Amino acid sequence: MKNAPRKQRLVVALLVLLHGVVLLGGFVAPYDPIRQNRERPYAPPAGIHLVDGQGKFHFRPFVYAQRLREGAFDQYEDDHATLIPLKFFLSGASYRLLGIIPAKAHLFGADEETVNLLGTDGYGRDLFSRILYGGQISLLAGLLAASVSLLVGTIVGSASGYLGGWTDSIAMRLAELCLALPWLYLLFGMRAFLPLLVSPVKAFLIVVTTIGVLGWARPARLVRGVALSAKERDFVRAARGFGASNSYILRRHILPQTKSVILTQATILIPQYILAEVTLSFLGLGIPEPAPSWGNLLSSLQQYSVLSSYWWMYLPAMAMVPFFFGYLALSAALQEGRRAAKMDL
Amino acid sequence: MRYLLRRLIHAALLLAGASVLAFLFTSLAPGNYFDEMRLNPQISSETLAALKAHYDVDKPLAVRYAAWLKSLAHGEMGYSFAYNAPVAPLLAVRARNTLLLTIISTLLAWCIALPLGVWSAEHSGRWVDRVVTGASAFLLVIPDIALGLGLLIFAVKTRWLPTGGMVSVGSEGMPLAAQLWDLLRHMILPVAILVLGAQPILVRHVRSAVAEALEEGFVRAAAAHGIPRRRLLWRYALRAAANPLISLFGFSIGALLSGSLLVEVITSWPGLGPFLLEAILARDLYVVIGGVLLSTVFLVGGNFIADVLLFWADPRVRTE
Repeated sequence: MKNAPRKQRLVVALLVLLHGVVLLGGFVAPYDPIRQNRERPYAPPAGIHLVDGQGKFHFRPFVYAQRLREGAFDQYEDDHATLIPLKFFLSGASYRLLGIIPAKAHLFGADEETVNLLGTDGYGRDLFSRILYGGQISLLAGLLAASVSLLVGTIVGSASGYLGGWTDSIAMRLAELCLALPWLYLLFGMRAFLPLLVSPVKAFLIVVTTIGVLGWARPARLVRGVALSAKERDFVRAARGFGASNSYILRRHILPQTKSVILTQATILIPQYILAEVTLSFLGLGIPEPAPSWGNLLSSLQQYSVLSSYWWMYLPAMAMVPFFFGYLALSAALQEGRRAAKMDL
Repeated sequence: MRYLLRRLIHAALLLAGASVLAFLFTSLAPGNYFDEMRLNPQISSETLAALKAHYDVDKPLAVRYAAWLKSLAHGEMGYSFAYNAPVAPLLAVRARNTLLLTIISTLLAWCIALPLGVWSAEHSGRWVDRVVTGASAFLLVIPDIALGLGLLIFAVKTRWLPTGGMVSVGSEGMPLAAQLWDLLRHMILPVAILVLGAQPILVRHVRSAVAEALEEGFVRAAAAHGIPRRRLLWRYALRAAANPLISLFGFSIGALLSGSLLVEVITSWPGLGPFLLEAILARDLYVVIGGVLLSTVFLVGGNFIADVLLFWADPRVRTE
């Protein structure tokens, strides 16, 4: 019993750390995510070394310079004579920290040559930077879409549970309908009827609202269940007896009780929606290039040549895994905590 | 029987509701298939107007819906602008491929998940259980898209498996056995992605349902009567755990159907997924509606099968 809160704290700490890295992506990433370097297409990840070819130890970590092989356009070899020492906390490309504060400081980088920690894509753009910036977009899409779903779900669910009658039956029939449709197909169908060629910002808003609005049904059903049992509680009846208005009772007595259900739902919905954005963008229906998102970073893997030759283009998929682990562990810990709390009663 | 009839009517109503919903969405859409033609100087505005009139694009929603229902009665489901042909036959071929993939994946996923779940519930807390739950937890955090692309890269690198399509070039001329073998080899990759993706949730539910049933008094009583362990697990505990698992079966069909959409695109399996994607990009309205509705039919059908199974397996449902 005592373990549950500690586990929760641990998982929350992990999630905060992961999100922090992505949120401060401009600082952690050494380069601008859309700056192209046409001389370095598909450069492989640069290995960080401490010991050079002669066995000499360097205190400062370094990477070898990569030179194009003769006659090739995407084959590189390490130039063991040229060491590029990594510099920390240096000034580089300008960006806006948290999207607001203009800044130039970067966690690491090199003075003259570029260091592509995770390699580059076909346009020579730094993959490490693109994964971080792409994470900002994908995570934000997931979080916002989940907020939309939960907001709509809570409003509909609490109103339907509390008011009952025909409001309830209509809302619940509609929820049943939404849950009966295969989710991804529905998302696709709805996306089909919205404009395709739009600016990244507009595309982002379309993706977020489409995903969010489609997912209202499940939270609505759960919130309705809570509201249904809450409205029979004595203090709610008492409040009604004192002449409290419907909106007052909903706000003060019903909604606070739905908190734990909403929280658990959030931990389930957020990763699901991040994945939805990734899927849409992967298929070219989401965030368009050159803006990065985890989905459209992966979309180049649909070409056989990329799939077979440039394995590092798969790394954005790996970037998702720790986040998913965090959210799943959090939802498990929350449910465990709820069960334990129930047993204590 | 009343129960099954009620479920059937329920399913029909759901489908009708879904079709209305789909048409409502279409009326929200700005632009249509012919808007892009307007930019083409070779197509005169008269031709465009004639085309629009022919396909009823400008008519109000109710009229279009009625026309669509009529064409559904003729087995056409509207008309594809891009293919210049009725939608239903176009969909049928792709739907067959998607069904093939989904049915095989569903069966295989359950055939693996049931023994694993029962096994791990029986040895709850011991190393078998730890390995199974650990592996499920590991698979659970890997999203489908990462799993699919990862396996695809693996297949490309090792060259063990064909990585795209459903048949090899020139397979038509081969003898039947060779054709089947070819199909099977192409199916391994998408089925593996789907089965592995569905596995963790199924195993987890089977395990918890069976573990719960094993705690029940009647199972202990049966054990005390000296009923063999194996019979106890499969006849008594699993039967008692059937109710939530059958509901999960219906749900798993939906999950695999949605999952196959992405997997089909990744492995270029010629099913509904790539077809729908192509139709969305071309704004081929009736194909999109048809694809979404057909997938709903599959899902509702799957849930109906689950209901029938439940009716058969759980006497409590029958007496209700």
